[in-house]
Amino acid sequence: MARFSTASEIASGVRSGSLKASDVLERHLAEIDAREPEIHAFNLVMATSARERAAAVDAMVANGVDPGPLAGVPVALKDNMCTSGVPTTCSSKILDGWKPPYDGTVVSLLRQAGAVVVGKTNLDEFAMGSSTENSAFGPTRNPLDTDLVPGGSSGGSAAAVAAGFSALSFGSDTGGSIRQPAALCGVVGVKPTYGRVSRYGLIAFASSLDQIGPFTHTVADAALAMQVVCGHDPHDSTSIPDPLPDYSELLDRGVEGLKVGRITDLPEGADADVAERVEQAFEVLAANGATIVDVEVPAFTYGLTAYYIIAPAEASSNLARYDGVRYGLRVDAPDTNAMYSATRAAGFGDEVKRRILLGTYALSAGYYDAYYGKALRIRRLMAQDFANAYQQADVLLTPSSPSVAFPFGSKTADPFAMYLCDTYTIPSNLTGEPGISVPFGTGLDGLPVGVQVLAPALGEPLMLQVAAELERAAVTLEKRGAS
Amino acid sequence: MSETSWTQGGYEMVVGLEVHVELATETKLFSASPNRFGDEPNTNIDPVTLGLPGALPVLNRRAVELAMRIGLALNCTVQPCTFARKNYFYPDMPTSYQISQYEDPINIDGWLDLPDGSRVGIERAHIEQDAGKSTHVGGGEGRVHGAEHSLIDLNRAGVPLVEIVSRPDIRSPEQARAYVNELRAILLAIGASDAKMEEGSMRVDANVSVRRPGTELGTRCEIKNVNSVRSVGRAIEYEAKRQILMLDAGESIRQQTRHWDEGEGRTHTLRDKEDADDYRYFLEPDLVPLVPSAEWIEEIRAGLPMLPAARRTRLAEQTGLATDSEAIGSIVDRGQDDYAFAVQAAGGDLGRAVVHLKEAFAEMGAEPILRAEDLARLTTLEVEGKLTATQAKTVLAELIAQGGGDAASIAADKGFEAMDTSELEAMVDEAIAAQPDAWEKFRAGERKAIGSLVGHIMKASRGQADGKLVTEILNARK
Amino acid sequence: MSDRLTNDVVVKVARLARLDLTAAEIERATEKLGDMLDHFADIDALDLSAIEPMNQPLPIVNVMRDDVVQPCLDHDEVLASAPQSEDGRFRVPPIIGIQG
Repeated sequence: MARFSTASEIASGVRSGSLKASDVLERHLAEIDAREPEIHAFNLVMATSARERAAAVDAMVANGVDPGPLAGVPVALKDNMCTSGVPTTCSSKILDGWKPPYDGTVVSLLRQAGAVVVGKTNLDEFAMGSSTENSAFGPTRNPLDTDLVPGGSSGGSAAAVAAGFSALSFGSDTGGSIRQPAALCGVVGVKPTYGRVSRYGLIAFASSLDQIGPFTHTVADAALAMQVVCGHDPHDSTSIPDPLPDYSELLDRGVEGLKVGRITDLPEGADADVAERVEQAFEVLAANGATIVDVEVPAFTYGLTAYYIIAPAEASSNLARYDGVRYGLRVDAPDTNAMYSATRAAGFGDEVKRRILLGTYALSAGYYDAYYGKALRIRRLMAQDFANAYQQADVLLTPSSPSVAFPFGSKTADPFAMYLCDTYTIPSNLTGEPGISVPFGTGLDGLPVGVQVLAPALGEPLMLQVAAELERAAVTLEKRGAS
Repeated sequence: MSETSWTQGGYEMVVGLEVHVELATETKLFSASPNRFGDEPNTNIDPVTLGLPGALPVLNRRAVELAMRIGLALNCTVQPCTFARKNYFYPDMPTSYQISQYEDPINIDGWLDLPDGSRVGIERAHIEQDAGKSTHVGGGEGRVHGAEHSLIDLNRAGVPLVEIVSRPDIRSPEQARAYVNELRAILLAIGASDAKMEEGSMRVDANVSVRRPGTELGTRCEIKNVNSVRSVGRAIEYEAKRQILMLDAGESIRQQTRHWDEGEGRTHTLRDKEDADDYRYFLEPDLVPLVPSAEWIEEIRAGLPMLPAARRTRLAEQTGLATDSEAIGSIVDRGQDDYAFAVQAAGGDLGRAVVHLKEAFAEMGAEPILRAEDLARLTTLEVEGKLTATQAKTVLAELIAQGGGDAASIAADKGFEAMDTSELEAMVDEAIAAQPDAWEKFRAGERKAIGSLVGHIMKASRGQADGKLVTEILNARK
Repeated sequence: MSDRLTNDVVVKVARLARLDLTAAEIERATEKLGDMLDHFADIDALDLSAIEPMNQPLPIVNVMRDDVVQPCLDHDEVLASAPQSEDGRFRVPPIIGIQG
């Protein structure tokens, strides 16, 4: 596997003057030229504006001005993040060509930090999916094996980093849409604590579950990225006001004295190759001074059900604004009702329609208590069970995805088969707690396996601390050829 | 005394009013574009107003404060509350849901006492977003039906509203009108809204049903498009009669939303309630709960001005007039009661001041056109008997025209002098002698006969005699 | 095929959601959604009456902003994005018999 420059290396090089942002960009654009036609990580490559931006960063450095902690770092953004004046489509026909008149908060923060946006990445339409096969503009292919999916819904962003198109990318995670594709593409992916990163400008799928997070080559890069994009935003009422810790502080601390939880009643379903790597991860952490404790999270197994009621319910309301009146696609009709129905039928793909129907049903009079009402109670139960687990353990370890990357079309016949991909990631979206997927060895056919570290709310420093240890161990294992 | 009862053919009307009030804030409820009436279409816009992808609502603190003022002025309990989405599709609703309050509204369980002493319960007064405006092109009179297309202006979308829902305690058109008027007076007094029905900053919907007194509630219809206080009375009266006619003919009332046509003076069907969308209410995930602190609530309560009902009581007690008298009502309505007390404080007579305010100041607002001291001096002259009521009116007109002045010198300039009692007694003697027939008729009990006697005296005195005193003297001589 | 859901219900739900579905799509949706609901049957037996619903992960309350005007979006830019407009307003076909 090619070794690409990390964001940390690029930023410190550019800031010190030893690297030119323009040179760094050209290298990444060359990778894009070479492999993007095959991989299709992007809905839009922004070569022209990226070159202008890189030149501006170089000019700043030349004038003795510090461009910021992400100086000259090529960054790719999931195409559900609003970029002012630049098409933002959610990989949907209903927003094809729409240009937001404003930047999302994270986009502004990245620019202020000196990052160079190279493009908008492909996703499952409106972030609904686990393989990026639901994009209206064609799928993204896994850079490690183009017959396989990159995961989803942030498949394009995961692939962009894995293929060296960008040194850093951002996606969104509602049920695992960062962590699962990170695992399938062999990169690091973080879902922060809910409310830690502003959702202003993130096109909503499920408002109480969505969070923006980074894809990176390394855990250190993830800490760097978090330092830039986390923080309170007055534009987002659900934004946490707490001050930020130093996310890089504990990366070299090791796991001596930490308690790592193994969830004994975790739903089965992980493939043997994945389970083996997760076992190895436990062993490595124990060998390095952590105590492994058994915990139970009885509600874990109901996570999928609760999620596939709550998320579609919120989505059915969030997507009601796509009606052809003020922006986006319009299909003409003799009256407004007919126009709405024709526009939305033409503009939305099958999976989106399915979830809108399911969500509308779950909220309807007569069905609310049986479905949505119950799902919200399962959510509370889940939070209580995790709280109990975190009384006994500092962090929890699980697989990120039940399997390694899978072939196109292999899970599309039965929607539920695809939904199972999110089994291990969903509960932390429901509770709002953070999670990270770290590459840890390989499985079937040499494909990467991701191990997930889960932590309590605002527990990112601890989570990154354990993740860094796993990363060091993974490197050691690889060197020893143990795969 | 206004009627609080209305019956027809053995039925009574049972009416509840839902009043939507636009709050007097600088910015919208969940975003910072201006809350302004009359600007060019689609200029007061932002991502939330437009329902753009990625937009998020943030609550306006001042809107919350004004909502609490309304709740406290209506004797509500202010409680921890949440926001909910009411989901429906309409072109003037940019997100296809309205952010409102459903299960836990900010104000509950209040009441409004009306001038006639009756009380109407307030179920809730909650915060919600306003929708934009649609104009219909091509149909008749800008109506929806038959329109070729519609045009949407979102300036109003997102403006903060408080919806005040009364209990179905209203029993007559008069009581309904009194409710709306009193509510409006309160909203103005507390500065929550300019409450102009003609501009749409106060909108009234009526829920009307009928029943035989003492029986169960009947099926109700919602009446919309009621655009003035007068229409409120007319619309509910029409609707109650319509329902009674149907019931007497053996038909049952269908729960419906109906449209009031002021021109035709009738309601017609807008849509059946059964056809109405299922709103699929759920808690707004982009907002967090609102828990007003006890301190904040107290601060707002303490800052409320004296409300119209209390002001009427205060003025009534001091003057001896009834609280629901026209004089008290109109003076408090215009906000002139403070001025009346200022006149009293300057040494003037409150009763005479009230008389003058009621008449001469009828077209004026709360800002005094005359210094309180000037009016005080005039009223003093009156009660000292130095000016008759008629003379005082003339002097007042002069004071108002001049914007002030000394009542005594104006009276002197006009040659006004009050006549003393002995002079009056003499004039009465003369009048009786001059009009013996009228005198006999008056003594016999014919009250109208006094007119010619008084008239004779007024003519003889060139208007200087105090008509009231003359009448007293004549009555005493009877 | 699940018996939890019938075509009629799906038709009603599609209307609420303003989605035009062909007859074939209604069939498919009824089947797929029915299957989903069958999967959700695992929660039917749970007695959750003693548990409070959890709407949000955050313990935050009272987030408000000052009542101060901020710059608006540009009218022309926004109207340029509109599928149809007239006189500075969004233009839509006739609104018939809807609302609520």
